[in-house]
Amino acid sequence: MIDWTQIVAFLSFENSSVNVVVFGSMLLGACSALIGTFSLLQKRALIGDTIAHSLLPGICTAFLLYPVKNTWTLLIGAVISGLFSIYVIDYIRQKTKLKNDAIIALTLSVFFGIGLFLLGIIQQGDYANQSGIDHFLFGKAAALMYDDLIVYGILALSTLAIIILFFRAFFTTTFDPHFAQSIGMPIKAIDFLLSTLTVIAVAIGIQTVGVVLMAAMLVTPAAGARYWTNNLRKLLIYAAILGAISGFFGALISYLAPNMPTGPWIVLSLSFFTITSILFAPKRGVLYRWNKKRNWKSKLESENVLKTFFLLGEKDHDFTKSRTAIDLINRRHFNEITLKKTLRKLVNKEKLIQINGNYTLTARGKEEGQRLSKIHRLWEMYLTTTLNIAPDHVHEDAESIEHIITPELEKRLEEILDFPENDPHNRKIPYR
Amino acid sequence: MSKTIIEAHDLTVSYNKKPVLWNVDFEIPEGQLIGIIGPNGAGKSTLLKSMMGLIETQSGYIKLWDKDFEQVKSRIAYVPQRESVDWDFPASVFDIALMGRYQQKGLFKSITKQDKEITLEALKKVNLSDYIHRQISELSGGQQQRTFLARALAQEADLYLMDEPFAGVDAATEQAIIDLLKSMKEAGKTIVVVHHDLQSAPEYFDWVLMLNTILTANGPTEEVFNKENLNKTYGGKLTLLNKIGNLMDQTEFPTRKG
Repeated sequence: MIDWTQIVAFLSFENSSVNVVVFGSMLLGACSALIGTFSLLQKRALIGDTIAHSLLPGICTAFLLYPVKNTWTLLIGAVISGLFSIYVIDYIRQKTKLKNDAIIALTLSVFFGIGLFLLGIIQQGDYANQSGIDHFLFGKAAALMYDDLIVYGILALSTLAIIILFFRAFFTTTFDPHFAQSIGMPIKAIDFLLSTLTVIAVAIGIQTVGVVLMAAMLVTPAAGARYWTNNLRKLLIYAAILGAISGFFGALISYLAPNMPTGPWIVLSLSFFTITSILFAPKRGVLYRWNKKRNWKSKLESENVLKTFFLLGEKDHDFTKSRTAIDLINRRHFNEITLKKTLRKLVNKEKLIQINGNYTLTARGKEEGQRLSKIHRLWEMYLTTTLNIAPDHVHEDAESIEHIITPELEKRLEEILDFPENDPHNRKIPYR
Repeated sequence: MSKTIIEAHDLTVSYNKKPVLWNVDFEIPEGQLIGIIGPNGAGKSTLLKSMMGLIETQSGYIKLWDKDFEQVKSRIAYVPQRESVDWDFPASVFDIALMGRYQQKGLFKSITKQDKEITLEALKKVNLSDYIHRQISELSGGQQQRTFLARALAQEADLYLMDEPFAGVDAATEQAIIDLLKSMKEAGKTIVVVHHDLQSAPEYFDWVLMLNTILTANGPTEEVFNKENLNKTYGGKLTLLNKIGNLMDQTEFPTRKG
């Protein structure tokens, strides 16, 4: 059961050690989301993963050289080995014909292997303070100390300040590096700055969520936020908010259930928000597009029914004759269940009138059926006369074109063909 | 002949070890509409990029107005190939065109009302006034190309270097672009265009530079755009050169001094 008193205690920010975890997680979430937005846009999502794995040898070496668990020294070790891994990736890319994925896989595992080796030495050695180093592997937010928080806060704020200050540079070089270079932007320096920020963001995050989950912290917020905006500034803000909220929930859940680790819960809530975005966001979301497709199908079905009514009316020289669903199916292949639904819809839209299962076209319904037949035949005419396609090949094409031609194109078509009387199959074209 | 605007001297550029441009020498006059033509992989884009120092050269140099690129870069606008960027980037047409102002503004100077007006004017010239807030991912190929042109116009440069501005645009856009380029020329600008279509080349350009790793022709269109030069550029005589180039690529160690 949900323990409300515990939630109240959590939200009142009374317990300072809890607060450290909460604010640390939120800062981390926001900071990595900001940097990760650029990684995502540069299509370098996997770089974060490589850096995360490559920090381990640096952290271990720093600890071996200065065996006190001091946040600053470990961070410096981490940043150096992270930057070195980026350099190695670039070097291999220039000097060999290996492809990107191979280079990344190679660098990641070699660095991580060396890191694990050094970690083994530390764990077997006689280091009183060694507890904590292994937290870097899987992360442990609860181990965050007040001192760490200060360090994270300074780094997170600096990151934010640098992104605001260099926004123009990051925007231009990410979108079009050649152009940026042509107008004299120092793209190598800008790239180095961005890489350094990425390494720092990963170095901050690694203690909380661990090596393996760090890539998700970078890229997931931006991937989710991308569904809600088309503006880079807003994308950065949304991603940061998403990262911070997920940090908050991760901390809350691990507070309520003490056995629950914070890092995985941050990533899980991030994933939840992102999947929600993918499903429900307007325009880009899966649901929106699914719905749009469904509406389109239903429009096609309605139009085909009205056209069939019109064709039957044409044959009998009587457009007001009432017909059953069976009459329609005999003329054109309809699925009976969807046809009945469509008929009901058309009655609601006052394009048909229904009396005891017999349907009659209204004036509006007839007009629409007539327009579709007209476009169908005009298009067949256009294909045979202008594009010289054989008359027996044009029907299928016209079947789909009749649904998408706009009134403007319809007018153009009439003008180009100069209002022909009959179509290629010698049927009269119904202008009115 | 009017003043020389671009001079290349013994320019050689290689990717890995295979030369893409080989001992290229030429001079191009100011105030003309210039076409760079040649087959795929002839080094056309590479030549354009080396004019701006975007790629390293093995030997030789390019001078613009008799100076190095660094000294005159504020007078040059570059239009990269449309496909070289990801158009699904979160930005609007106006955001992209405004980048043209960053050249003068550098990294930190703030954008003024005047910059915005210049950008809007540039967008008007390419007929995108109705699309300024449009997402660049929602643009057609022709509209994307015109967005790039507007960005170049916003730079208010004297020399425009354009990489395949007619690639993948519809006929109406192509006509609109060539009209724009001609009016820019009337205003005294120099425009260098990497171009693919031989049919339209003599009609579009005053001056043609033909390229296939080596320079095969350079001069006023009516003088050099002829069958002989086209054969030289597109014909089989260059296969020997190509073979030697491949050989250099396979050679383990540098054959030229770096």
